[in-house]
Amino acid sequence: MTNTGKNMLEIRWHGRGGQGAVTASKVLAESAMALGKQIQAFPEYGSERQGAPIKAFTRISDQRIMHHSQVTSPDVVIVLDPSLLEAIDVTEGLKDDGILIINTPATPKNIRAQMKLQGRKLFTIDATGISLRHLGKAIPNTPMIGALLGVTKMLPPESVAADFKEKFKGKFKSEILEGNVLCIMDASKEVKSE
Amino acid sequence: MPQILALTGNEAVAYAMKQINPDVVAAYPITPQTSMMQKFADFVAGGEVDSEMVLVESEHSAMSATLGAQAAGARSMTATSACGLALMFEILYIASSYRLPIVMPVVNRALSGPINIQGDHSDTMGVRDAGWIHIFSENAQEAYENTLQAIRIAEHPEVLTPVMVTLDGFIISHGVETVTIFDDDKAKKFVGEYKPRYTLLDTKKPLTLGALNFSDFYFEHKATQLEAFNKSAGVILDVGREFKKTFNSTECYEFFEAYKMDDAEFAVVVLGSTAGSVRMVVDDLRSRGVAAGMIKLRVFRPFPHEELAKALKGLKACAVMDRSIAYGGDGGPVHIEVRSALYGIHPAPMMCNYIYGLGGKPIEPEHILSVFDDLKEAVVKKSFKRRVGYLNLKE
Repeated sequence: MTNTGKNMLEIRWHGRGGQGAVTASKVLAESAMALGKQIQAFPEYGSERQGAPIKAFTRISDQRIMHHSQVTSPDVVIVLDPSLLEAIDVTEGLKDDGILIINTPATPKNIRAQMKLQGRKLFTIDATGISLRHLGKAIPNTPMIGALLGVTKMLPPESVAADFKEKFKGKFKSEILEGNVLCIMDASKEVKSE
Repeated sequence: MPQILALTGNEAVAYAMKQINPDVVAAYPITPQTSMMQKFADFVAGGEVDSEMVLVESEHSAMSATLGAQAAGARSMTATSACGLALMFEILYIASSYRLPIVMPVVNRALSGPINIQGDHSDTMGVRDAGWIHIFSENAQEAYENTLQAIRIAEHPEVLTPVMVTLDGFIISHGVETVTIFDDDKAKKFVGEYKPRYTLLDTKKPLTLGALNFSDFYFEHKATQLEAFNKSAGVILDVGREFKKTFNSTECYEFFEAYKMDDAEFAVVVLGSTAGSVRMVVDDLRSRGVAAGMIKLRVFRPFPHEELAKALKGLKACAVMDRSIAYGGDGGPVHIEVRSALYGIHPAPMMCNYIYGLGGKPIEPEHILSVFDDLKEAVVKKSFKRRVGYLNLKE
């Protein structure tokens, strides 16, 4: 049996410590909640080390989410660091018609060949390039949220960007907030399909 | 208006503490302390609570400072987890024997060794007999609501006994969920103002705490403590009913939730966050014509022996799930209680025990499904493969 209800979307985020995968999993969930959805967002629970491979998860549903465990058969997998493709099997459990979004300047065609990927829907986005453009730093999490929204149309990028600004307004300077807004918006348009 | 927020379990409990607004909160500010106290410290720093926050040098000191403040007549709280709770062990017994109504949220995590910081119930099961009321929560919402209720239970004049409210480590404590936070005014009104019945600072009614009791009165002292402890059962139900009515809460605030048990033939007894997954599996089995049910145990101490026996009587078979080990015991601590509750009950179901999820080992619906499969098979074969088994263990 599957662990998903009919109206549940399950997302798995792969990144390295410090890239913002956990934050991304929460930002997306909170924006979905603001639009009336039930949500869960949580990291894989290990010791936290800069640069170590980490996983985070987001569940979004129309109904109360009862299940409390890691996402094992995701609808969407998001990879924030292309070097992970050689380190772990990011497609583990990904549904046959699932979506895979990878942070890389390469085309989906090249990545599919590199991964020897069978089936699934593959998308690529140069999230690191976008974050360098708008933030001057390689923090690819908000571009990856943008790419996800561009692919799935699950939420309007404008509302997620606005929620991001609201959530972090006390924490970041305004240019960082605006930079992240541009990251989300640009990535939603620049994401490449096969 | 109640606020709907995306909160971790820890943050949800910190909101409860904010609404309780304790006079004193003592905490050890380093791991194994969790983000719960970090969030509460934000409320203190922001002037959103009046609490005096005391940062101490160990968990032993955290419980000692909480105990001292409570004895002086201040509503006092602390929070801990895992080895922090273990370090408090000595003082937990003293707090309960002084009849101090301290409320302490505990994030349930594994004890070392091997070193592990992830979720299981070993820590609070290790202080099972310390004389604290012990309430488990399935999710962040329940952890928040149980914490508000715990104050009323602990401070009830017939009870005056400390309460531990627990939430599963990381799965609930660090996972973000949709949580409804009730109006401050309404929550504060429900919690009420603390009017200590006895305080060390009341010079008109001098009081001795920490007296020496040898064979003359120690036993008598302990027996009165036990009598008061047992009275908490009725209070727990009353407070739960009042809470549900006040806040229109949809959660079940009895000793346990009996899910689809009326006509069930097979059932699982479970604590904490795993209950949600069991409920999902029960729904799935029901849709396929299997008469499955679940008991989600909420109150572990005092243990609801009679009520549970009534709920389980007449089942064909049941499995008890334990997220901790009782070395050398008859399975895990929950199993020992449930089996004991069914002594002399006819017809009693066939019963087995599964140890699972230690040190954060995932528990998935397929594992729970396999438990129900084992129950069905045992009924046919009239015996279990194993009376005490493991779930999701690498062979």
